[in-house]
Amino acid sequence: MASKAVLQVTNVLKTFGGLKALNNLNLTIEEGTVHAIIGPNGAGKSTLLNVCIGQLTPDTGSVEFNGQNITGKAPHEISQQGISRVFQTPQIFEDLNILQNVMIPALAHADGEFTFNPIKGLNQRKDVEQEALRVIDEMNLTSQMYDRAGAMSRGNKRRLELAMCLVQKPKLLLLDEPTAGMARADTNQTIEILKKIKATGMTKVIIEHDMNVVFSLADRVSVLAQGTIIAEGTPQEMRESELVKEAYLGGAAT
Amino acid sequence: MAIFSAVVLSMPIWMSPFGAAYPDILQKFVIFGVFAIGYNILFGLTGYLSFGHAAFLGVGSYTAVWSFKLLSMNIIPAILLSVLMSGIFAVAMGYIALRRSGIYFSILTLAFAQMCYNLAYSVLTPITNGETGLQLAKSDPRIIDRMFSEAGEGLPSTTLFGIETSGYSGFYISAVIMILAFYISLKIFNSSFGLKLKAIKSNQNRMRYLGFNTKPYLLTAFVISGMYAGLAGGLLAATDPLAGAERMQWTASGEVILMTILGGVGTLFGPLLGVIIIKYFENIFSAVNQVDLHSFYALLPDWLEDTMVAISSMFVGEGWHLTLGLLFMFVVAFLPRGVLQGVEIGYQKISGYFGKRAEKSTKEVDTGANHGE
Repeated sequence: MASKAVLQVTNVLKTFGGLKALNNLNLTIEEGTVHAIIGPNGAGKSTLLNVCIGQLTPDTGSVEFNGQNITGKAPHEISQQGISRVFQTPQIFEDLNILQNVMIPALAHADGEFTFNPIKGLNQRKDVEQEALRVIDEMNLTSQMYDRAGAMSRGNKRRLELAMCLVQKPKLLLLDEPTAGMARADTNQTIEILKKIKATGMTKVIIEHDMNVVFSLADRVSVLAQGTIIAEGTPQEMRESELVKEAYLGGAAT
Repeated sequence: MAIFSAVVLSMPIWMSPFGAAYPDILQKFVIFGVFAIGYNILFGLTGYLSFGHAAFLGVGSYTAVWSFKLLSMNIIPAILLSVLMSGIFAVAMGYIALRRSGIYFSILTLAFAQMCYNLAYSVLTPITNGETGLQLAKSDPRIIDRMFSEAGEGLPSTTLFGIETSGYSGFYISAVIMILAFYISLKIFNSSFGLKLKAIKSNQNRMRYLGFNTKPYLLTAFVISGMYAGLAGGLLAATDPLAGAERMQWTASGEVILMTILGGVGTLFGPLLGVIIIKYFENIFSAVNQVDLHSFYALLPDWLEDTMVAISSMFVGEGWHLTLGLLFMFVVAFLPRGVLQGVEIGYQKISGYFGKRAEKSTKEVDTGANHGE
């Protein structure tokens, strides 16, 4: 399979004080795949995503997106190129209602980086609103459209954040533990939604602890431990790998 | 909007029972109304607390007086120039101050405003006339006016194409400008630009990760609100052609913050309510003296009258700050969204009391309020 690399992380080193959070990490995400990254707590999974979206700048090494070097670029520039991220703790606009929450990313898509037009009211943005309503409906949030986002349950906040990312039609979607802290039913619903998105062929990176989610969604799995990828392969290969078992359980065994 | 305009323009009538129907205070209501509306665009929408808006007010005033001195006594060029000048100042100040957020932003703006104040007070005396304040003089050139007529006897007064801009006509001119300013702020609040500003207030990081460069948005909001302050300063000078450095002092910035918070941050009408309350206290409450109090309590027996006067006199006259302070503490503690929230609650209580049978209509009111947010 000679498919195109969407995201290419090369020799990335990121240290916090004396701690090497990412230790010369190499990773390739291929177009159209769902790539899961698993690993014990503190392995550097979230740091990796932070480097990818421009929240952190790597000490050395580079990140390329669709052949363009995005190392050290500002978060909004990277987002404009088509990378969206769902955070571990939902990052939403708590003071606004759900429709507004989804309208804003939709506007980013429609207007570009900066627009100032106080004369044209929100109610004249029907095209954008249509798109926002469609995605809200996809996430089963239509009934709560005018509720304040901050007052929602955690599961709904996550789904809202997913909606905010999807309305931008990103080329690469990064999901940081999309089901953490969710009830069983919510988890299943999220898996259904993610499967639906998978059918659209969008490239995704999922960080996840829940192996059910990983095995039901992922095409590729990378195992991260102490800042480096120690193994990579299909979910089936990873399930049988001794190395992976050791990475997860080794610390507890010794 | 029509109701709003009618309410503003009829202020001389409905303010008279409160003893505030004279032009001087009415002008202050609407001019500081412009100031607070502008301040609310920054503070209410983006949550950035500026401690330096008085600087723009001062810049506006100085520019307007200079325009009266050099160009014309007509207020049109004066106001346009003061808006422009304060806009330029706001770009410079915003560019620096917006590098930081939160308390650091506030400190930077405070420093900038105090710098302007001190410069106006000392170094820039040739431009600002220092302590005395900038005044009109008979010998001023007034180029545009001279082209049409010879200099008259005595000091000319500010006009709008022949209409004097002091007294009631000054109030009406300012009121019309205030209504326009309010209309523009309404448009900004309801536009997608306004929504993005609210989103920045709510979660600026999220905005960045969605692909928005937040800086131009903040700077635009800052400049707009600075221009509003400049407009207010220009109007102050237009109704009374005098500009002093004290207009730039930090207490003046503090006052507009008080007004906005007291009335209701981020609401459309709140800041205006705040202006009326504070300016009313400042002008009316502070003028109440012992004699007024004695006549107020005249019906009570003498000993009670004296005690009541002794107690109340702490809260009026010089003590008006105490009353305002208590009111402010009450509002912040119990009505975090300002007096306007109090009005809303009161309205709901009343409509709930009268409309138990017509519960449906109250519900409609409720959802209407939600949509308004």
